[in-house]
Parts: sequence; structure tokens; C-alpha cells
Amino acid sequence: MMMIKTRGLRKSFGDHVVLDSIDLDVAEGTIFALLGPNGAGKTTMVQILSTLIDADGGEAWVAGHNIVREPDAVRAAIGVTGQFSAVDNLLTAEENLLLMADLHHLDRSEGRKRAAELLERFDLVDAARQKIITYSGGMRRRLDLAMTLVGNPRIIFLDEPTTGLDPRSRHTMWQIIRDLVASGVTILLTTQYLEEADLLADRIAVLDRGKLVAGGTPDELKRRIPGGHIRLQFADARELEAAIRALGDVPRDDDALTLQVPNDGSVRSIKALLDRLDDESIAVNDLSIHTPDLDDVFFALTDHSNIQKGATVR
Amino acid sequence: MSNFSFALRDSGTMLRRDILHSLRNLAMTLSGLLVPIIMLVLFTYVFGGAIGAGLGSMGHVGSYINYVTPGIIIMTVGSGCATTAINLCMDMSEGIIARFRTMAISRASVMTGMVLGSLIRTMITVCAVFGVALLMGFRPTANPLAWIAALGLIALITFGVTWMGVAFGLVGKGPAGANSLSLMFQLLAFTSSAFVNPNSMPVGIRWFAEYQPFTPVIDTLRGLLLGTSIGSTSAILAVAWSVVLALLGYLWSRAVYNRNSVRYNVAR
Repeated sequence: MMMIKTRGLRKSFGDHVVLDSIDLDVAEGTIFALLGPNGAGKTTMVQILSTLIDADGGEAWVAGHNIVREPDAVRAAIGVTGQFSAVDNLLTAEENLLLMADLHHLDRSEGRKRAAELLERFDLVDAARQKIITYSGGMRRRLDLAMTLVGNPRIIFLDEPTTGLDPRSRHTMWQIIRDLVASGVTILLTTQYLEEADLLADRIAVLDRGKLVAGGTPDELKRRIPGGHIRLQFADARELEAAIRALGDVPRDDDALTLQVPNDGSVRSIKALLDRLDDESIAVNDLSIHTPDLDDVFFALTDHSNIQKGATVR
Repeated sequence: MSNFSFALRDSGTMLRRDILHSLRNLAMTLSGLLVPIIMLVLFTYVFGGAIGAGLGSMGHVGSYINYVTPGIIIMTVGSGCATTAINLCMDMSEGIIARFRTMAISRASVMTGMVLGSLIRTMITVCAVFGVALLMGFRPTANPLAWIAALGLIALITFGVTWMGVAFGLVGKGPAGANSLSLMFQLLAFTSSAFVNPNSMPVGIRWFAEYQPFTPVIDTLRGLLLGTSIGSTSAILAVAWSVVLALLGYLWSRAVYNRNSVRYNVAR
């Protein structure tokens, strides 16, 4: 069953088209990543699907319920954690969770149990009665997600869950998301990081200026991106020339004595490359693998040829 | 449980949230309590002599504190409206409100909880003002029944004015905007029979004073507490105005709240 389905979803703010006829299908128990730069329309998409704002046109179903005709049924099935934390700053973590328990109409003892469970699971026990003001970004985000989970939602919207987090908190968040989907929850995740979408998502849709420009599994998507390469550095110009003879016409940097060899970064293709150099007895000083980043994705998938690279990915 | 009992339960939850907020924002809560008392002291001891002398010639019997206490009570109600408007406006800019909107809860419960919280705060302040007034020489002649009626009427007008405060908080652009909209009720207090007899005002203002919401409320309070004549229509008008303000504020607030606006996003 498709837990999220949209057909021709459109939204404009004034003259500015934010979403232009979006079709999405998200299967139950999967993570679907909506990948795009700031201003691509990701947050607007989440706001429409979570009944915060209305679309201008098109239709959408969440957990089988039409978002316009049955908003309360949709709300009962979903949980939302936005990029700006939706916690009550004047309450403690424990009070925030109990507030959610009350609003989900759990009885007192059940609510306390659930709150204690979530504090434990999200490593917030020690800070449970501290003021939220003293929380780090990672702690706030964990509390935010914990609050979303109080009602056991079947579908969770995560709007840029790791934006602004330090690497350690980001990894913690990724593990939490993986655990969630393992428990059968369906997740729609928005992100600006290809790495994040790649690590977590079963399917990715690339959103650019309100249009879906590509979609598929992470592997399908990456195959379409030419940005991946191996950077080889040589001891001197003689070795560099020899390598160029062996590898053909690849981008070179004579000052740094480096070559950029297009490569998907897989073990097999790296081994093939090294075998080739070995056959010619060319010594490589240093090797580094560059996987495609969001810049590469957008260059490959969108036609912004008239725009400077830096300006595309805002 | 039915929808109605869910709505009731959600409002109760939101009321608890509002009370917790009052306790955490203790400075603001205490200033809301102290300002009306300071006004009472100011009007009685600083302006009282001069204004009271003027009132004497207009036929008012008794010391000025007896005249002004019901007026200060109405000012208390008015400043409660401003507090509600500011609190709600600040609350609306928080992400938590967006979360509430994505949950299957009674939509009006956030506002209802806040109105009930504000009602409780204002009634506590009203009792404090009465207490201080009694210490300062306020001598009501009311029997227990009249006291209950007076407090009931104060609660009713507070309910009405607070719902208007909620609407102001929703439409105001930022806390300052919300506050200036609710200044309207402070001005209403000054252009009513709160501090001086409207008969001493110029014709236009006197006409306004006689027909605005606070004058019948204050006149009715004076009648209940001090035994002065209430007038044939004041009591009915006082109740009617309270109900109209509550209804207007509620419907306005609900319409604005349900209008699709995700303010927290626009604001940042």
C-alpha cells in the first residue's frame, strides 16, 4: 500500500511557483527522501502533506486519507518533526512529552510510562527536568522527534532532521531513523545532503525549483551523476605523463601533479584502475576517492547551464 | 469519548500548559498582578484628592476609593487582555503551535486553554486588588449574594475581553502590534465611568462613554458593591456586551487561526 500518494500537487506563493505538479508514491515501511537545495519546495511539500497548509491544486492521500477531505484522519496517522524545533521552550523535556501524551489522550500512568521510555531511548534522562534553553541542538532535535513518537505515528515527516547538527549528533539521528523504519514506520525525509539520502533512503526524489527532476533508488540516481572521480597524485611530471598515456584524456593539474579519473568509487573499479597503472609500472603517490555531492547531482540533473555553479546551490 | 469531551480534555491540557507558562514567566505574571495595585494606589492617593473633590460636586457620596475601585477592576481586566494578546502572539511564532496544528486535537483548544488561564490570572489579580482596596478604606455594602454577582460579572467581562485579546494576538504583527491593539481596552477604561463621572465630560465623549461596553459594567459593579443605583438597563447591557465581545473574539480568533498560515516559517 502507498502510505503517501500525490498527484499533480501544486502550490504558489503569489507569483512564485513553489511546487509544480508533483507526483509521489511512498510505499509502506520505507524511507523516501526528498532531496533538494534550500528553496526547492521541500518544506512546503511537508507542510501540505501534514495538513499545515492547503495546496492550490492536485490531490494527495496520506495513510489512505485525502488530506483535504479527511484532515483529522491524516493528523491521527502522522508525526511531524520540522527543521525548526517544535518544542515548548518554557517546559522541560519531561513536561513536553507529558503534554504530548495528554494530547494523544493517553491516561496518566500510560503517559508517564511512555515519556520515561522515550527519555531513556533518546538519551535525555539526565536532562529531563532541565530548561530547554540549556539544550544543545542535537538534544533539542532528539526531544522534538521523541515528542513526535509519543502518539506512535505510522507515518513520520522529517523535515531536514540533521540540518545544523554536529557530525556526532547527525550520526545519532541517522541511527534513530534507521531504528524507526525497522519498526515498520514509513518516513518521508527531506534533506539537502545527498550523503544522508544515500545512507537512509530506499528511494530518492530530487526536487528543484518546485519540480521533480529525477527519482529512483540511490544507486540508480548515482549512476546518472558523473561527478564521482578518483584523484591521483604523482611524484613527478614523468609519472604524470606516463599515467596520462595509460588512462587517456582525463582532467589534469600539472602544478599539483594530479589527475582526476572519472570513477564510481566501487572497489572493483578502483582495483581495475590501480591494476592498469601497475601494469605500466606507474607509481602513485597519493589516491583519494571523491563521491558525487549535491552540487554534482544538481548539475547532472538540472539545466542551469546559464547559472554560475555557486549560485545554483544556494 | 465524544468529540466534545475530547475538546474539553484538550482545553484542559492546554490550560495546564498555560499555567506552567505563567509559573515559568514569573516576572511577567507578578507584574500583571502588581500594576493594577499600583494604579489603585496612584489613583487613590495621588489623583484621588483632586478628582474626588470634583466628583463630590457631581453628587457622589463617599470617598474616592469607593468610586474608583470598580474602575481599577475594569483596568485590571483590560490589562489582562494585553497580557493574553502578547502571550498568544509570542506563542504563535513558536514551532510548537505548528506541531499542534498537525495533531488530531481540538483546534480551538490552544486558545481556549489560554483564555481559561488568563481568566484565572485576572480573577486572582481582581481579588488582590479588592484586598488592597479594603485595606486602603474601600467600604462596600454588598451582601454575599451581591459579591457573587459582582465577581460573576467580572469573570464574564474578562471572558469577553480575553477572547478579543486572543484575536488581537493572532492578527497583531508581533508582540508590540498585539499590545497596541489591546490598548483599545485600556483607553475604553479611561473614557468610561471608571475614574470620573461621564457627566463631567464634553458632549461627544460623554455620549461615547455612556454607550461603550465598560460603563454599564462599572455602573453595575458599583450598584452591586456599593448599593448605588444601577439604572434600568446597565445590568442587561453589561451582560450583553460581555457575551457579544466573547462571541466576536471567539469567531474572529477561530477564523484567523484556521486560515492557513504557518507563521513560524515566515517569521524566520
